[in-house]
Amino acid sequence: MNIEWYIVLSSLLFAVGAMGILIRRSPVVILLCLELMLNAGNLALVAFSRMVGNQQGQVFALVVMVIAACEVVVGLGLIVAIFRRKLPLDVDELRELRG
Amino acid sequence: MEAVLFFGAAIGALGGAIGVVAMRNPFYSVLALIVHLFSLAVLFLLLSSAFVAAAQVVVYAGAVMVLYVFVVAYVGGGEESAWEPIPGQQFLAPLLGIALFVELAIAILASSLLALGTHGPDVKTGFGDPAAIGYLLLEKFLLPFEASSILLLLAAVGAIVLAARRDEVGSDSSGSRSRGVPAEPDPTSSAWAPGAGSPGTPRDSEPGDPAPGTHPHPGEGVPAQ
Repeated sequence: MNIEWYIVLSSLLFAVGAMGILIRRSPVVILLCLELMLNAGNLALVAFSRMVGNQQGQVFALVVMVIAACEVVVGLGLIVAIFRRKLPLDVDELRELRG
Repeated sequence: MEAVLFFGAAIGALGGAIGVVAMRNPFYSVLALIVHLFSLAVLFLLLSSAFVAAAQVVVYAGAVMVLYVFVVAYVGGGEESAWEPIPGQQFLAPLLGIALFVELAIAILASSLLALGTHGPDVKTGFGDPAAIGYLLLEKFLLPFEASSILLLLAAVGAIVLAARRDEVGSDSSGSRSRGVPAEPDPTSSAWAPGAGSPGTPRDSEPGDPAPGTHPHPGEGVPAQ
């Protein structure tokens, strides 16, 4: 398969993830859609790494995985903290910082 | 054979992604994301990057998804309310998503990267296997490797600080006895209202509060779970 296919699939996945962030209102699902976008970026990185024939893009993809794991840990900690304070788990109602 | 594998995995990845967005129950969204991650691991294998595929399955589909499943089971998979603060959001957002995809597709197809239309160069058998990636990580990219390990440590400490039950213990007058009990689903949680039970409730100043000197140390409630 040509590299083009992988890149087009990756942009499609990225668009689906961005759409999910715009549509959904539960913070858990928004984090899941962030995962989708990060994974689309990973797929593009690995595909470009194969296209160039250089493994450094794969190392970059591994670092992106680490970043995604950190983001998930902090995000889920925030969700648990929101839940403990009995605030609504809805990003449209948690608007105190919006001014 | 390669085309069959690619299209199968691509359909799995795309279906999983759409499932994440479309499922009303967050628990099913997590399951759809697991399907998506396994399909992506197949795609990584097709791109001859075995180590990234293994890390994808072990780290993502293994560890991170277990974390998600636990949190969804803890906060409960509530359905989203039908109330829309921005009118037409459900129709505008897919339009914006399609616009983003069209933009990206134009950027890809109009790019002058001639190698996009090829399979990429022929690579040796050791391309992307753990030995090669480990060599790169520990020799050439040692500094980013160590920096990412420090970042992971910071994230773990930050999550513990965020999710520790400090204030409930401090403001609960009967906290010294009920502290060991894992947070049971509160009966008032079905009637969530913004501000209800927020940290300014009058329970803070109840006379039965333990003296400030005997403030329960924060580590006690955590390992009891």
